[in-house]
Amino acid sequence: MALNKNEIAQRIAQELQSGWYVNLGIGIPTLVANYISKGIEVEFQSENGILGMGPFPFEGEEDADLINAGKQTITALPGAVYFDSATSFAMIRGQHVQLTVLGAMEVSETGDIANWKIPGKMVKGMGGAMDLVASADNIIVAMMHTNRAGESKLLKSCSLPLTGVGCVKKIVTNLAVLEVVKGGFKLLERAPGVSVEEIKAATEGTLIIEGDIPEMKL
Amino acid sequence: MNKIVANVEEACEGIQDGMTLMIGGFGLCGIPENSISELVKLNVTGLTCISNNAGVDDFGLGLLLQKKQIKKMISSYVGENDEFERQMLSGELEVDLIPQGSLAERCRAGGAGIPAFFTPAGYGTEVAEGKEVREFDGKPHILESALTADFAIVKAWKGDTAGNLVFKGTARNFNPMMAMAGKITIAEVEELLEPGELNPNEIHTPGIFVQRIFQGKGYEKRIEQRTVRQK
Repeated sequence: MALNKNEIAQRIAQELQSGWYVNLGIGIPTLVANYISKGIEVEFQSENGILGMGPFPFEGEEDADLINAGKQTITALPGAVYFDSATSFAMIRGQHVQLTVLGAMEVSETGDIANWKIPGKMVKGMGGAMDLVASADNIIVAMMHTNRAGESKLLKSCSLPLTGVGCVKKIVTNLAVLEVVKGGFKLLERAPGVSVEEIKAATEGTLIIEGDIPEMKL
Repeated sequence: MNKIVANVEEACEGIQDGMTLMIGGFGLCGIPENSISELVKLNVTGLTCISNNAGVDDFGLGLLLQKKQIKKMISSYVGENDEFERQMLSGELEVDLIPQGSLAERCRAGGAGIPAFFTPAGYGTEVAEGKEVREFDGKPHILESALTADFAIVKAWKGDTAGNLVFKGTARNFNPMMAMAGKITIAEVEELLEPGELNPNEIHTPGIFVQRIFQGKGYEKRIEQRTVRQK
């Protein structure tokens, strides 16, 4: 069975290590915070200006002056700190944030990512995504393997305007976990019950398959 | 030094057609609501607005868009606004989209006397078109220039008559950098205090960056995405 969005987030949460500062993008990445294993201590950064972001507030406790980069109301954990946008992106560009998780419309086999614009149709802007992908050492993309039309989002080269070049390291989709290596997408894990053939069929870019590919453990 | 002005009308005196304005805030969080309403009333047009977002259809900078007062937007993210999208796709509105970190740093640089800087953000993308590329430690960077404005309009939580400002929560965002980059900076505050009432250790924006300050009123503080968890 292919994973749902929560399961994709659950799998990505396994990548987190204690002591990391983590920036989660809008959509599936936001869900990662719900699946942190016991004993793993991380702090979440939201680029609009908070470190130590906590869960959504209880009803009636929302504060208009306390939101995340997705403009959702949030809470601040003990030890949290607020800062301005220049300081926030100093943390990001200066590589003080260890992991960035974000969504994508397309990823290429050389690690290019496109997620901000569909010419003539949709222009929302890049927000902080270009700063994040240009600087982060460790970028995980969370997305569905194919788009709504059933076309692969893992491509030889991106067709949409790029957000960043050669920056994506790992991709977790509803079908697989893949690593961007020299020569293409290296298949690391399959979603439970999904065959290598199914993943191959859904991947337009070069898929590198070495030996038996294990199933993900959730 | 006393920076106090009586009201929003006095604060916005001198804002004219065709000017470049910086407007603080991220989404609807930390926006100068009083001054935006005054800009609507003044009906100044042909504005270039530097602001991370463009509000929503019926609030924030969306109010100026509705009345076609804005000629050009310089922003990083403009989703959540149908009128904006319509004006942009039809070519009525000029839009310069730039990465959020570059926008913040360009404002900071403008206020700090740094004419330009190199950043890795946007290399290899549309954002880099026409910009100088230089490698540092083997990594390509693009040259981004500083931004300044005729007026910077910011919103703070507390301020004193000397123009010192303290922001609340994530409503700080772009406000401190924009305060630095305005030829004239207007600060509207929820609570206006006397000098000495703010702790000098805890001031975010020193009053030297602020020329006019006034006590705002009737803040709506609209929430864009009200998200809660169950008890």
